[in-house]
Amino acid sequence: MNGESLAEIFINASLINNFVLAYFLGICPFLGVSAKLQTATRMGAAVCFVMLVSSVCAFVIHHLLVAVNAPYLQLIAYIVVIASTVQLVELFIRKVSPALFRALGIFLPLITTNCAILGLALFQTNKGYNFTESLVYALGAGLGFTLALVLMAGIREKLALASLPDTVDGAAISLMIAGILSLAFMGFAGLG
Amino acid sequence: MSLDKTTTQSPADEFIKGLWRENPVFVQLLGMCPVLAVTNSALNALTMGVATTFVLVLSNLLVSCLRHFIPRQVRIATFILIIATFVTVVDYLIQAISLEVHKSLGAFIYLIAVNCLILGRAEAFASRHRVLPSLLDGLGMGVGFTLALFCMGSVRELLGSGALFGVGVFSDNYQPWVVMILPSGGFFTLGAWLLLFNRIKQRREKRSTSLKSEVLEAGNER
Repeated sequence: MNGESLAEIFINASLINNFVLAYFLGICPFLGVSAKLQTATRMGAAVCFVMLVSSVCAFVIHHLLVAVNAPYLQLIAYIVVIASTVQLVELFIRKVSPALFRALGIFLPLITTNCAILGLALFQTNKGYNFTESLVYALGAGLGFTLALVLMAGIREKLALASLPDTVDGAAISLMIAGILSLAFMGFAGLG
Repeated sequence: MSLDKTTTQSPADEFIKGLWRENPVFVQLLGMCPVLAVTNSALNALTMGVATTFVLVLSNLLVSCLRHFIPRQVRIATFILIIATFVTVVDYLIQAISLEVHKSLGAFIYLIAVNCLILGRAEAFASRHRVLPSLLDGLGMGVGFTLALFCMGSVRELLGSGALFGVGVFSDNYQPWVVMILPSGGFFTLGAWLLLFNRIKQRREKRSTSLKSEVLEAGNER
């Protein structure tokens, strides 16, 4: 036990150390899928789900690798598991909602190379969380990611109506907004 | 049957394109996570750049060597395995060379494995080209990436703690601009660099179109 209550872990992962705005994990989908609010919400939900599943897998694998004394396989094992989880989610979404599948497009397979997922697996191992703590951590991180994505999408939807100079348009203005959001999230540090 | 594209570019061109015209960070916006996360000091940025270049060159080399043996259907999974192997190697190397740097980079060394830049180059270039161009492409992209990281890291360290590589640059009266080494500073710095690049690109385009119209006018007058 490291003396953190479950609520603390949750708030820590979702707000104080928000994966996108404090750890810079998952910037690619953050900039890529945040143009429309609806897509952003669904992408967030997909990432949440993948995070929960891969968190459980990572927990099991970590203990397995410790048991067989092969820690150098950690990275490779994690990546393979995450890639197959994403494949599974992709099949599931394609079956359940083809419209959502089209809306997410290339970004669904790209969850595989979303560093937030691998980052989560690595951080929970480094912090030595037990099973419930890992799950709560994954849930907090996923919701934090969704929150950042939805906030960003809301701002960008409004911004589409404004007229911007050509030089600023595109990624540059998105990064500036992200910087301001990140400043705002620093305010949560007082909660810790 | 061969998937190879005949490259009309010279080997030197493969190298140089990664530095400027197709710079992975400032032009293609790939591999943004480490660009923002580890650039709070120039040293961290440089280490990360060199480590990424190492993985990029070796994975490009291996993918290019094996391109005729990897089945199309499982190519992405194979690329990821190759990359992850080299990343593990780099992780142990850095740990052996400097424990301090390893600690300050933390999990981000492992996260090189999911850097979209490396997978992108393996898929878009190395799996379709001969070994030598792939090697040079990897090297060029890697150096371009390192350059971009260094641009970010030096600006942030200079403004955020008034130093470069840990050596103080300004006088003691300098009030450090702490926000620059905090997470939000990363976003602002990258945004500012992108603005600069956009501006340069626009001016160049304007100049080339005005040059073209002048030539056309001169031709018409004759």
